Amino acid sequence: MTAPAKFVGRSVPRLEDRPLLLGQGRFAADISFPGQWHMRVVRSPVAHGKLQGINAAAALTLPGVHAVWTRDNVAHIPPIPFRLTGLVELEPYRQPILANDYVRYVGEPVAVVFAADPYIAEDAAELVELNIETLAPVMHASGDTGPFDAERATEPSIIRKSYGDVDAAFNAAHAIVTLELSIGRHSGVPLETRGAIARYDEARDILEMHGAAKVPWWNRDHIAKMIGRSRTNMHLLEGHVGGGFGIRGEIYPEDVLVCAAALHFKKPVKWIEDRREHLIAANHSRQQQHNIRAAIDAAGHILAIDDKFYHDNGAYMRTHAATVPDLAAAMLPGPYRVPAYRVAGHIRLTNKTPCGTYRAPGRYESSFVRERVLDAIAAKVGIDGVEIRRRNLIAKSAMPYDLHLETLGTHIVYDSGDYALLLDKTLERAGWPALQASLKKRRAAGEMVGAGVAMFVEKSGLGPSDTVRVEIKNDGKVEVVTGVASIGQGVETAMAQIAADALGVDYATINVVHGQTDRIDQGAGAFASRVTVMCGEATRLASVKLRGKVLRLAAELMQTDAAALDIINGEIVRRDNTGPSMTLTELAQARPGDLSAEDTFLSSHMVYPYGVHVAAVKIDSDTGGVAIERYVIGYDIGKAVNPRLVESQIAGGLAQGLGGALLEEFVYDDNGEPLSVTFADYLMPTSREVPQMSILITEDAPSPLNPMGLKGAGEGGANPVGAVIAAAIDDALQRPGTIAELPVTPQRLKSILKKTGLR
Amino acid sequence: MKPAPFVRHVPRTLQQALAMLSQLAGQDGRILAGGQSLVPIMAFRLAKPAHLIDINEIAGLDRLDSDGTALTIGARVRHAAFHGPAVDNPLAALLSYVARHIAHYPIRMRGTFCGSLAHADPASEWCLTAATLGATMIAKSQRGEREIAAADFFEGIMSTALAEDELLAEVRLPLLAADAKFGFNEFSRRAGDFAMASSLVTYRVADGKISEARIGVGGAESSPRRIEEAESALNGQPPGDPAFRAAALAASDAVDPLEDHQTNAEYRRDLVRAVVRRALEHSLT
Repeated sequence: MTAPAKFVGRSVPRLEDRPLLLGQGRFAADISFPGQWHMRVVRSPVAHGKLQGINAAAALTLPGVHAVWTRDNVAHIPPIPFRLTGLVELEPYRQPILANDYVRYVGEPVAVVFAADPYIAEDAAELVELNIETLAPVMHASGDTGPFDAERATEPSIIRKSYGDVDAAFNAAHAIVTLELSIGRHSGVPLETRGAIARYDEARDILEMHGAAKVPWWNRDHIAKMIGRSRTNMHLLEGHVGGGFGIRGEIYPEDVLVCAAALHFKKPVKWIEDRREHLIAANHSRQQQHNIRAAIDAAGHILAIDDKFYHDNGAYMRTHAATVPDLAAAMLPGPYRVPAYRVAGHIRLTNKTPCGTYRAPGRYESSFVRERVLDAIAAKVGIDGVEIRRRNLIAKSAMPYDLHLETLGTHIVYDSGDYALLLDKTLERAGWPALQASLKKRRAAGEMVGAGVAMFVEKSGLGPSDTVRVEIKNDGKVEVVTGVASIGQGVETAMAQIAADALGVDYATINVVHGQTDRIDQGAGAFASRVTVMCGEATRLASVKLRGKVLRLAAELMQTDAAALDIINGEIVRRDNTGPSMTLTELAQARPGDLSAEDTFLSSHMVYPYGVHVAAVKIDSDTGGVAIERYVIGYDIGKAVNPRLVESQIAGGLAQGLGGALLEEFVYDDNGEPLSVTFADYLMPTSREVPQMSILITEDAPSPLNPMGLKGAGEGGANPVGAVIAAAIDDALQRPGTIAELPVTPQRLKSILKKTGLR
Repeated sequence: MKPAPFVRHVPRTLQQALAMLSQLAGQDGRILAGGQSLVPIMAFRLAKPAHLIDINEIAGLDRLDSDGTALTIGARVRHAAFHGPAVDNPLAALLSYVARHIAHYPIRMRGTFCGSLAHADPASEWCLTAATLGATMIAKSQRGEREIAAADFFEGIMSTALAEDELLAEVRLPLLAADAKFGFNEFSRRAGDFAMASSLVTYRVADGKISEARIGVGGAESSPRRIEEAESALNGQPPGDPAFRAAALAASDAVDPLEDHQTNAEYRRDLVRAVVRRALEHSLT
């Protein structure tokens, strides 16, 4: 008998919040060291050009300026390597840490100034003269390619995936639906900008970088390699992190530059990104244009899908390499039976900020595309958006479902799911029949109101492994040392809940360590909704192992069998409630150093949560504005360790999804000048734009791939938002297929209203 | 986003301020009041004033009082001063309603009415208010004092009739007639953003017909202004949908629209039509 579950499954308060609420957070900008130098990046003011020369003489004469580095100072440092999906043909397109022969986007680092304070550094940066011969920029990913350099064009690779006989299916089709769809360029924009503070400790020969996030271990290994150090005398240390979303915590030029400079000058070097820099320097994402065809039978069953898309990756291939287009291609089929499938994803480079992953990478895009196709099929067949989905959903009985596609080095097998059940439950939560009746009545009275449904399969729990060490200290406190990172998602709380149940202690007595490469040698970090699944199970395994050890050691001291003992609220007691007990503290003091256990969870397959979004909108026909009147999300994640944290993940994801659907867009002019460089131009939703939402978390399909049945919850709030908003707007207009482009800005919608004669 | 070097001067009297301005204006000296526009521009280094003359310590510039014909607003009066009634006149309700549309609460606590006018952003709610109601600007310098009518004050995007050594010390807003009606509307993509178009209207009703109509449009042209064509469409008509629609259409036809990447000329006209009609509808509530 194990202790009854007391914490997992409950919405206990977050352990992380006390320092944050008391203003005691330690974010990157809070880290300072005596004698530190401040780094300022000189960025390219032109989108494309040949870098003929750099003159730093004037900058160097400014009092307080210590040094200026250009390409010559970092010629020995290789370009930034690929972390995921690193196809070999992409390697020539990696980003150098300082521009070499060419500049390829506005914002590209060309030089760095080191100075006594950030003001002087910025003054000096303005004095660095760049001699750039301007070249014509490539601003569109589709159409003809342009030159990347003298030998290479701007299409480094094409992602191809397929199964089944697509051509035969199209030949035999009752009808074919063809759509051209595009998703705008936007990205995760964390409240905290990036920051990196490097310090070299000569006495110990240790180089530290503070301000790490997401994947500190991989970054330690690869920054060390880039600057010619051993991974064993370098550490990355994570403080509080004000949001990750995929973009924060990857290796960027600035991380490497502070490390190289701290080592070279033997001075602490601090760099804090400002907001304008963030909007042109940190990863963008999402921009794709799809040309998709679906073959259907008379009842609207999908027979085959054939998609060709152009992925606008910006100027370079950064750490994610082909990850986003690969995921878009691999996850496009979603929750539906697609007997034959073929996709060609053209990776294109343009003279814009380079791209990487952003919450639900590739899936926000392909869910928009797939769900638009489903709605188009419904219109073609003459049935509604709910019925068309019911007809095509993969049945529960088909689980586990082999998609015959691969991504992120794994074979895609949907591990469990009852998609139709979640659709029913979500529609019930949304009051769908009553909503439909009410919308119909209001439309008859002249209002432009409508509702849509979108469904999706997410992926989570990417392996291959996670290791956790659990230790009971001499004061009785429990420490869980992980190889993951906290980007604000509540990892300390969730891991403490899992460890607490296995050990029989209060979750609030547990200290969860994350993001410190000096505390555990290996760690995969926090991305791909992997932490709760992978690290959660590793935490459970290590905690169970430690529990066994505790009971064995206590049994010796208490002169009984381990099986006769239990741990309840930190106290080792006899199950029959007789005789003396001892506290974990007493045992830890009696056996110093012995109360520790480590275990590893290995997984070669991802686990697949799934969801349904329902939205109802009202269009302001005068202005083209869209108001969201109702929003309901159903999400099955197998097992919710902390339902409130899951809801928070979903709510935050929805806000970001709405940003991409209605507001956020990185706009460039024809010369490649970025126009969205402040929060007055790059419009993120605020509390006034995010609607009240109803979130239904279900646990109908626990994962069979881990004992707790866990699936990750990080990305389902964002995934189909563009799709469902488009469907709801179409319904409000009573014109299927109207929305083909995200974001739906008021100007675009007003123009559509006028063109279609609706206003 | 650190500003270029500058020297901050803190005069204690208006005379000191004007003397400093006279001396420093030619050396890129600027007045600092609430700083809600100037400071962000400095952070982006789009403005690099060498001297800031901070008027926040000057007594007397915070006057907000009425002489029975106009409300006088001193250079230190914050937007938030209008959250509650600022004067015993229908103007108070108008100012209070408009003020709540200015940016966000923390900005309204700091930014000033006169600073907003001197900055002359085309989308500014207070510039629209001044233009629509016919404010009088009191410009002071060491050379003396002069009055500038609102219609002569705004010269373009972030450009006014103020000379470089002049401080916009006060603005006088004429009080409204006791039976005056007003309406306001603006459109922006998010709450608190700069308006992509805005309209403020006032009028009286005599014998069931509109008179003394003032229809101002902001955010649509390089400066906010009254639109005569729209006012003509309204005067003499009974308040209601037909007249409101006619006035809105006249306004949208009359404007010379600003264009940017999220607003082309056609869309700006559409928005002008929407906000004028809605401001007029608001006047009936």
